[in-house]
Amino acid sequence: MTLLEVKDLAVQFDTAEGVVRAVRGVDFTVEAGRTLGIVGESGSGKSVTSLAVMGLHRGAEVTGSVRFQGTELIGAPEETVRQLRGRRMAMVFQDALTSLHPYFTIGDQIAEAHQTHFGTGRKAALARAVEVLGDVGIPEPARRAGEYPHQFSGGMRQRAMIALALSCEPDLIIADEPTTALDVTVQAQVLELLMKIQQDRGLGIIMITHDLGVIARVADEVLVMYGGSAAEQAPAETLFSTPRHPYTRGLLDSLPRLDAADGDPLLAIPGSPPSLLAPPAGCAFHPRCGLYAAAPEAVRAACTGERPPLRLVAEDHRTACLLDSPSEGRITHQEVTA
Amino acid sequence: MIGFLVRRVAGILLTLVVISAITFAVFYLLPSDPAAQFCGKDCSADRILLVRQQMGLDDPVTVQFGRYLVGIFAGQTLGSGDYAVHCSFPCFGYSYQSAQPVWDLMMDRLPASASLAVGAAFLWLVMGLAAGVVSALRRGTWIDRTLMVGTIGIAAMPVYFTAMVLLYLVVGQLGLIPYPRYIAFGEHPFQWIQNLILPWITLALMSAAMYARMTRNSVIETMAEPYVRTARAKGLPERRVVAKHGLRPALTPVATMLGMDLGGLLAGALITESLFGLPGVGKLFADSLNKADQPVIMGVTLLASFFIVTSNLIVDLVYAWIDPRARLS
Repeated sequence: MTLLEVKDLAVQFDTAEGVVRAVRGVDFTVEAGRTLGIVGESGSGKSVTSLAVMGLHRGAEVTGSVRFQGTELIGAPEETVRQLRGRRMAMVFQDALTSLHPYFTIGDQIAEAHQTHFGTGRKAALARAVEVLGDVGIPEPARRAGEYPHQFSGGMRQRAMIALALSCEPDLIIADEPTTALDVTVQAQVLELLMKIQQDRGLGIIMITHDLGVIARVADEVLVMYGGSAAEQAPAETLFSTPRHPYTRGLLDSLPRLDAADGDPLLAIPGSPPSLLAPPAGCAFHPRCGLYAAAPEAVRAACTGERPPLRLVAEDHRTACLLDSPSEGRITHQEVTA
Repeated sequence: MIGFLVRRVAGILLTLVVISAITFAVFYLLPSDPAAQFCGKDCSADRILLVRQQMGLDDPVTVQFGRYLVGIFAGQTLGSGDYAVHCSFPCFGYSYQSAQPVWDLMMDRLPASASLAVGAAFLWLVMGLAAGVVSALRRGTWIDRTLMVGTIGIAAMPVYFTAMVLLYLVVGQLGLIPYPRYIAFGEHPFQWIQNLILPWITLALMSAAMYARMTRNSVIETMAEPYVRTARAKGLPERRVVAKHGLRPALTPVATMLGMDLGGLLAGALITESLFGLPGVGKLFADSLNKADQPVIMGVTLLASFFIVTSNLIVDLVYAWIDPRARLS
């Protein structure tokens, strides 16, 4: 069942320096019980996309279509979207320390969501808060519900954040870099928790991250974003085994590998992310692209002309590169996961 | 918590002792002779000598200072023999000018200063918070711009200018109220308000402008915090997002500033009191400065310091009450 269908989503901000086109036409769908991974570097538009889906963008111009369980959210009255937020679709933010309110207890903050959407009394809502805190593996949930965010450890805080998102039993969870601020062992626990919850409740998850390891671990489908648009879209297995876009390949190549020979350099993509104020003409990636640099003059013109559209290169596999050719990835799905 | 309080109170006492030592030293180093001051204009050299002795001015400065400190907490007997005068706790000495105990002088004047401070603070809080919050939430609109330009204009007006304009318009031209004179609240509450309204407005306007700008910045900053975004992501109605999740943290620094300002004002608003002839501590201070009335100047300085350090402590306690991160566990 399709939970969320996003079509031609674009987000732009008016700033003093000009119009920032943070997202320029992105399509994706999320199915119940499946995980869509959105991967990209800072400024690729991945977080902006998720906030736009939640209708949390203030002062931005959002166009395109976001259909959630059949309801169109773009252009819908704020009240309609508000009633879905936290209830049907919930968000897990990156830094739980700043994303949880420092003045209120964890229990209070979770109970508040429940009270708002179900009109539950305070006592019942607090009981519910204790229950979800227990669900996400927080020991002594009744006691900890009375504590403040700063009294929690990083991992526990992120669990509390997930509990907050789960408290109203949503159908979709958008997790924006949920594990980036955590150390590796805690990171694994939190990801496992999310996957277990997904299995138990059939949730749709959008996992936003810059970390390919996280994507490999949890994602069913992957959307690679670059400069505000989709560079490549494919099922996770396919993406890791046969990446088609040179940016995706660059990302995979730059993963450090344990089996690398001594003295092998760590590979990096040269250059830096494009400006969203004045993006490069044509393919946003071409100034950093090895294929472009190696291509003959005549072919190059295509890269700097129109922005290349996503095109189907295999079943369910789309890439926005004009120069790509099928190639074996340096790395396999299993290797990244391990 | 108890330990914290004890440490803080000890710190306050130490601060006050240091401040009194500094003021004491300043006066000791001044070339003027307190005995001659106290004795008056037509005083013979013999008499001055006698006064010196009676006032204990021949003792080493440390002894004199020690006596001053002891006097504050336990009272002291000044002079000896027939001239002995017992100055009871809390003894800040006697005014050279009026020969009245400094403590009584200050306590006489405190109600007027407190009336002025509390009323003005109420006014500027209401005006400043309202303007600041509206400005922040309507950022970039004409309301915001009008308010912010207005606050710059108001903040640029010196107190004596505002006072003169108000007096000229309200009392002189329009004749709405008679020229203000201080009437105690207990005597006649309505006239208390009527007579203080102009001083209140005078004192409040500039602070209101400052508070409005500070509140605006603070609210704008807080509304951009990730936890406000989380509150929205939970699906809370915007009013609740603003009122519960946004304003509380945004107003914390305002509360801090209010505590400090109020503490400073309790010991007198020197200019405003002088302009309106209010019999407050600030006016007492100004008059004593003109007459080099050392004991009164020292007394008022200490009183002001006391109010400031105490309000500081209260601010910290309130802060801990509002923000759990500041609580000592």
